[in-house]
Formats: sequence, C-alpha cells, structure tokens
Amino acid sequence: MPRPKRIRRMNNPPHFKGYRPIGLPEENNPVVINYEEYEAIRLSDYELNGHVEAARIMGISRPTYTRIYESARRKVAEAFVKGRAIVFEGGKVYFDSEWYACNQCGCFFNHLEKEQEIVQCTLCGSADIEQYRNNPEFGPADDVCICPSCGKEKKHVPGIPCRNETCPDCNGPMTRKGVSHRLGMGN
Amino acid sequence: MKVAITSTGNSPESKLDSRFGRCAYFVVYDTESQSMEFIPNPNKENIEGAGPASVQLIASRGAKKVISGEFGAKVKSLFDSLKIMLVILKDPEKRVSEIIELLNH
Repeated sequence: MPRPKRIRRMNNPPHFKGYRPIGLPEENNPVVINYEEYEAIRLSDYELNGHVEAARIMGISRPTYTRIYESARRKVAEAFVKGRAIVFEGGKVYFDSEWYACNQCGCFFNHLEKEQEIVQCTLCGSADIEQYRNNPEFGPADDVCICPSCGKEKKHVPGIPCRNETCPDCNGPMTRKGVSHRLGMGN
Repeated sequence: MKVAITSTGNSPESKLDSRFGRCAYFVVYDTESQSMEFIPNPNKENIEGAGPASVQLIASRGAKKVISGEFGAKVKSLFDSLKIMLVILKDPEKRVSEIIELLNH
C-alpha cells in the first residue's frame, strides 16, 4: 500500500468555480485543477514565494510542492493551448486561517477574510491584539551548513554558497544541511 | 449577526462550557435583536462525532461566530470551510451574560 498523501494546508478556496474560453462553443471536457494546484499557483506566482517557503506554508515537502506546481502549470498550459475550460475541484486539502490573540480579554480568534485587515478583537472590541503563531513549523526557513565528513553544523550565511564555507574542525568544504548530504552524495 | 456560545446550563448566569462538541447547551445570541435562544446539545452523549454533529447544528442556526473553551481537530477545518469564525476563551469562570456584554462592546 502506498504511503497516504499528506493533507495540504491552504488558505481560502477560490471564490468562483473556474474559467471558460471566450468565443468557443461550450464543451464539457474541462481541465480539472484541484485546490492544492490552485494554491501552488497562488503561492508561487501571485505571492511570489520560493518553493521552499511555499512548501512550508502548505505543510508539505519541497519536492512534493514542486510536483504539484509543475502539474498545475501543465494543466493551465493545456487549457490555454487547447481552449479548454478550467474547473477548480477536489484535492487533498484543509482550509486554515490565521489566529489572533487578544491581550485585553485573553481570547483567541481566527480570521477568515484574509483580504481584510483585522483591527480589533472580535469579542471585546479591544485594539490590543496580536497575531498568534502556535505552529513554529511555519516560521522562516532556518538554513544550516553541515560538514559532510565530521557532521559539524554552522548557521548558513545568505549569499555565501555552503561549498565555499570551510569546516572549522576539518577544513573541508561544507554543504547545505538536509539537501545533498541526505541524498548520500559522494558515495 | 448570530453568535453561538457553549454553556453549561440553560440560563444567562450559567458558565461557559469549555468543550465544544459535548457542551450541555448552545446559546444562540442575535446581536441585532439581542435575543437569546438556549438549545440543549443533542450530541452530548455521542460516542464519537459529537464535534461535527454540533457543527451541523450551529451552521443550521445561521451562526457566524462560535465562542467556546476549546475546539477539536475535526471541527476547526469544518468551521473554516463553512466560514464560521472561532473564538477560544480559556476562562471557564466566565458567565454567558458576561460574554454577551463583551460582545456588545
């Protein structure tokens, strides 16, 4: 039995059902884009996130994200080239919203209309609110360089490729943690 | 707008129930007419699925906001897709009347 798919986290679903080409008779063979593919296009091409960041937001691995995104783009391209309609349907997703905490009455509440900015507590009306993050998994990416021979770790400095960093213990070139060293490169 | 509050009893002086699916009563409060309706929770003794069944009940009453002490994992995503706002109030000593007062800020 294959490993079950991880449920993908997404923001709001699109508020319409799909697209139809102009000037063509209506045909009933639309391209089905599922919600996770829609979300991938939204995250990458609308909000301009990198794949690593977007995968983090959806709670899936970077390769899975890239696969979903690739599939989404192929479907959009197919619809454009062949003049087929697009419908948004299905997908293994759950909808998530942002949570806020009120410092006045001590309540937590979620926010469903992400386009609108939230200014006051929904319960007591106080403006003393802050965004609540109970899931540190979705924080900014923390990149670490690792030495492939001795396993020494060092914080990655943006702009300097890991292979240009030298290990303080054995003076060898380092590599990015979690990418190539996990693949067992060099063996 | 209608707001649902979980309550341990059927009077405004009852305290907030800290569980959503198995609370004793739901109070549906209408902020416009300021009317209150107490609904005994029919799912209280369910062996499983009390949360989703209670979501159905709340959604059928047209509430747009739910106030409770805690929501289960099954319930959160359901409410999100129904566009009902969740408010978690971790204060089991709060009375229903006090919460309604807060709502009328």
